[in-house]
Amino acid sequence: MDFLLWVRGPAFDVAVAIFVIGVVARLLEILLLGRARSYSEPKGSQVGPGFAEIFKRSVPLPDIVRRGAVTLVGGYIFHIGLFVTIFLFVPHIEFINSVFGVRWPGLPNPVVDAVTVITMVALIVLLVHRIIQPVKRMLSGFEDYFTWLVTFLPILTGWLAYHRVVDPYPLILGIHILSVLLLLVVLPFTKLMHTFTVFISRWYNGAIYGRRGVQS
Amino acid sequence: MVDSITLGESLRRQGVSRRGFMKFCAATASMMALPPSMIPAIAASLEKARRPSVIWLSFQECTGCTESLTRSHAPTVEGLIFDFISLDYHHTLQVASGDQAEAAREAAMHENAGKYIVVVDGSIPGPTSNPGYSTIAGISNYDTLMETVKGAAAVIAVGTCAAYGGLPMANPNPTGAVAIQDVVKDKPIVNVPGCPPIPTVITGVLAHFLTFAKLPELDSLGRPVAFYGQSIHDRCYRRPFYDKGLFAATFDDEGARKGWCLYRLGCKGPMTYNACATAKWNLGTSWPVESGHGCLGCSEPNFWDAGGFYQALSIPTSNVTRTAAAAVAAGAAIGIAAGLANRARKSASKAKHQTVTVDQLGEG
Repeated sequence: MDFLLWVRGPAFDVAVAIFVIGVVARLLEILLLGRARSYSEPKGSQVGPGFAEIFKRSVPLPDIVRRGAVTLVGGYIFHIGLFVTIFLFVPHIEFINSVFGVRWPGLPNPVVDAVTVITMVALIVLLVHRIIQPVKRMLSGFEDYFTWLVTFLPILTGWLAYHRVVDPYPLILGIHILSVLLLLVVLPFTKLMHTFTVFISRWYNGAIYGRRGVQS
Repeated sequence: MVDSITLGESLRRQGVSRRGFMKFCAATASMMALPPSMIPAIAASLEKARRPSVIWLSFQECTGCTESLTRSHAPTVEGLIFDFISLDYHHTLQVASGDQAEAAREAAMHENAGKYIVVVDGSIPGPTSNPGYSTIAGISNYDTLMETVKGAAAVIAVGTCAAYGGLPMANPNPTGAVAIQDVVKDKPIVNVPGCPPIPTVITGVLAHFLTFAKLPELDSLGRPVAFYGQSIHDRCYRRPFYDKGLFAATFDDEGARKGWCLYRLGCKGPMTYNACATAKWNLGTSWPVESGHGCLGCSEPNFWDAGGFYQALSIPTSNVTRTAAAAVAAGAAIGIAAGLANRARKSASKAKHQTVTVDQLGEG
């Protein structure tokens, strides 16, 4: 109980502070780098192609489907799974409402439960694939396995808490929240930052293609 | 004072039939999760049990626990067991007052040294805090407690204040209140938390003590497992609605009228261990969740400080919005500083850049 109160109170504050400071500071640092002044006449607009690229890159190229099916399908499944488990589980929506004052309808708990299991399976398959596939293994470093772990732990502990497998419940709920706090603290300073930068970088790529001019 | 009458005689005198007594023994056995084969043993022990002397100490409390125990279950065997004990000292219930009351306590302690049970309700100002916050007959609660438990067979901390500090210990704890288990270390203690606790639970603990001459099995928080072994959530009749994701959003919406789960309205059932959902209140009439209000978690330590009663369990107790807003400002300051530093570095390297003429290249 004391542990649960600690993770719901002081620890939560510290983790959120680190998370928000990290994300805001890093985003600003990237955006403030600015763009070099262009001396040539642009041949097209940047805005439209920029946004188009955000969507286009979500559609896999046929060659990638053929060569990286496991990564592609597994990746899609667990990203959608994360969205469903984080944003459509009623207790999570209550939390979001308490912080931001907005709420939306959730999914029935058994549906979220099933999605959680599928998400965990997808993550495990991807981890195994990363280890047994020589190329992926060579490309992987400590950070890749660490970010996998901090992503996986909240899902696993949340699922255990929901099923009340660990007794007493306040302990497993506290561990679940603590694992989320770990994810929050780690996120801005690792590859997980792509949560916020992925669409910025896609837009940037699209904008360069749309501009079709020399930038010097 | 303690006399030689047995519990069996006492119950017969009060008109309890053998059948009624055996029903009580069976109920006690099932409540305490004992096998049916234990029922005759319970009956035999209870039949022969002598009146135990009980000294009831009330400290920083509201008398709600005494109200709960004395007002309910009047015609039941549980109530009669409560009547059976020799309650030698109890502020609210005893006739004597002043010196006579204190003399009764001392007499009971002396006559039943090593055998009496001390029941405590209410927290006490800790040994280091101002003893003047709560005194009885000019003696600090701490001194009264330590003196009284010295010769006790066991201590039963009734109510959340005695068990875990409760309301007096809630932030900012002006009296420096502590729980009984924080200061009494050398006696067996049973915590019977609740605000107030269920009457059946305290009589159940007494029955267990009378039957087996020892205290029941306790969980990690010192509570009898038989009564506090399962969470409110696990035994809640509204649980199927939680599983289906059907929640009441306000106390008067359609969901509330249909009896859906009260999680969103702040029910603390998932983290609360108590027997309310099975034992119920007011002679089994109802219990908080059945009457349409979420569980407050009153049998758990620090329940007063565990976030708003009407906030869902998943909501942090701290003001995250304020923290996040301050963090945005701090993050922006750091980000802008980093951006400016980058620009300065860029212009510095631009300034250092030396152009090379074609002639110079040729020289090279």
